[in-house]
Amino acid sequence: MSDITHGAGAPTPKRTTELVAASLKRRHRKQARLKWIGLGAIGLAFLMLIILVGSLVSTGWQAFTQTHVTLAVYIDPEEIREERLPRGGFDDALGASLGRMLPQADMSQRKIAKSVEKILSNGAQFKLRDMVVADPELIGQIITMTVPVADPYDQLNKKLIDRDTPEQNRRVKDAEIGYFDALKAQGAISKPFNWALFTNADSRFPELAGLKGALAGSFWALLTCFLISFPLGIGAAIYLEEFAPKNKFSDFIEVNINNLAAVPSVVFGLLALAVFIGWFGLPRSAPFVGGLTLALMTMPTIIIATRAALKSVPPSIREAALGLGASKQQVVFQHVLPLAMPGVLTGTIIGLAQALGETAPLLLIGMNAFITSAASSPFDSATALPTQIFIWADSPERGFMSRTSAAILVLLGFLVAMNAVAIFLRQKFEKKW
Amino acid sequence: MYDIAKTESALEQTDIKIAARNVQVFYGDTHAIKDVDVDIEDKTVTAFIGPSGCGKSTFLRCLNRMNDTIDICRVTGDILLDGEDIYDPRVDPVQLRAKVGMVFQKPNPFPKSIYDNIAYGPRIHGLARTKAELDEIVEKSLRRGAIWDEVKDRLDAPGTGLSGGQQQRLCIARAIATEPEILLMDEPCSALDPIATAQVEELIDELRQNYSVVIVTHSMQQAARVSQKTAFFHLGNLVEFGETGHIFTNPEDPRTESYITGRIG
Repeated sequence: MSDITHGAGAPTPKRTTELVAASLKRRHRKQARLKWIGLGAIGLAFLMLIILVGSLVSTGWQAFTQTHVTLAVYIDPEEIREERLPRGGFDDALGASLGRMLPQADMSQRKIAKSVEKILSNGAQFKLRDMVVADPELIGQIITMTVPVADPYDQLNKKLIDRDTPEQNRRVKDAEIGYFDALKAQGAISKPFNWALFTNADSRFPELAGLKGALAGSFWALLTCFLISFPLGIGAAIYLEEFAPKNKFSDFIEVNINNLAAVPSVVFGLLALAVFIGWFGLPRSAPFVGGLTLALMTMPTIIIATRAALKSVPPSIREAALGLGASKQQVVFQHVLPLAMPGVLTGTIIGLAQALGETAPLLLIGMNAFITSAASSPFDSATALPTQIFIWADSPERGFMSRTSAAILVLLGFLVAMNAVAIFLRQKFEKKW
Repeated sequence: MYDIAKTESALEQTDIKIAARNVQVFYGDTHAIKDVDVDIEDKTVTAFIGPSGCGKSTFLRCLNRMNDTIDICRVTGDILLDGEDIYDPRVDPVQLRAKVGMVFQKPNPFPKSIYDNIAYGPRIHGLARTKAELDEIVEKSLRRGAIWDEVKDRLDAPGTGLSGGQQQRLCIARAIATEPEILLMDEPCSALDPIATAQVEELIDELRQNYSVVIVTHSMQQAARVSQKTAFFHLGNLVEFGETGHIFTNPEDPRTESYITGRIG
């Protein structure tokens, strides 16, 4: 502005005011444009989020209920004998009870009897077997039990199978629909909350498949990851930030830690495969190995977050403590670290949330195996939530489609919960100075 | 320059607490303090005055080795505390800082309770064996910091919740809780209003009964009010050092006179 007035001769205040007034409109327009672009970006991101969650919920909500059928089962002492347990004709007992409820089905014909039995989930006979094994007194009695129906009938009940499609293109035939409707007319069909989704491990049958194995696997893997990466990460960050001499070597380490945080996760998976499994001989598919691998990835995140948090502690606090005669170690552990803790915890939880959703390295160490029991220790074979989603998404059965979405919703739920904990901790422990 | 012969004779007197000889400080390639000789007497307030960037704070921070925390800072020469070189490798800075307390420019209470702020020093040095002893130290320090009456009912309240002037007196009380022999104050009143400043100055005058106080100040009036000895620094040199009354009324060096009369600085 000064050189314009200089060029014009004597500086005139009126001229400045005029120039400002002339440019005001343009400046305001620019500001408004920026504001709208910003709002647009946020709106777009929000829309994407709504579409994502919306599509997951719209396919996934069906998986949170499961169609069951309630049967009166006669445990025939001829078929099921106490001395032969746990073997016996449990499937026949169930089939017979269905046959009694469906007079239109001629159970003497082998083919019809088979198709009637197929209404029930394959897991029903095992449920009955476990009940009888637990209490052999039941033999000879009639018991009422509720068991899941097979996936096609679950789909039918949830109206995911269109009854108007030509019979040859449909999973359930007209006669089978007839059986199901007859059961429904008798009030035997119910659709309660699908607890099996959380209490069962994986299964080939969608109606029996649950996330227990994946939750257990993710729990053990995250626990291992936390126990290794948290102390090591914080220790490394404290040393680098507070104690290490600043020279070329520490610069080199710093650059490499930052690089490590950017390494694709599949590379860590290959490393784990070669070192932990190939070299150390640790078991395949074990959450412990998964946790070690995830710790490698989480550690740089924790180190970087911790260093940033330590750096943000005002130097006046360090000086105050040093001035009183506190040793370096006392300054760090009694003043700096407690003040940095909210940042450290936030970084750690975000790192762990990242680890929870990580798939590629777990695929490489075999945590995508088909495992039908939940791991009871970190050394048992297991899947994890993201790999379970991967397995289910790959399965051809219709029932796995909604279960995949449901599993994603569960995973997102955990991620949201972890981030909420991070925010809570930050606000709780943040101190003003 | 200050007369060396006079320093030598002064050294023999017993009331010299700190004797600095040929002190040089380098920040990397910058020569921040050039050949400074100074004697700090016991039970005396010594003021360091001078324009911004003249090195008075740097020199103050040499006296308790706070400059050790700056990697590129290098100190040469001798600083003797009670005849012992504080830069001797055998001297532990932790022990030195317990003996030489410091109050900083900006009040910097810990984000802990008022009680814990005061008790921190005695705790880490093991000055109190029982809770009762610690309580006594806390009360005594707060009383000597002239803040006891204002905080005695809320010792559990955070120290950071006090006003600026109260925070600074809290920091002074914290510094004297470890019973140091020397108290270094780096512009302790620069963040305070005139009323708080007056309270702190009054406090400094009382502290003189027991401690040797070294205060860096930008205010010449403050130096004149609180100190008995004044040192004038300019561009890293100690230009003049002597009785406060003498420096302010009859400075020997033209640079001192220009500064005092407001021509430089």
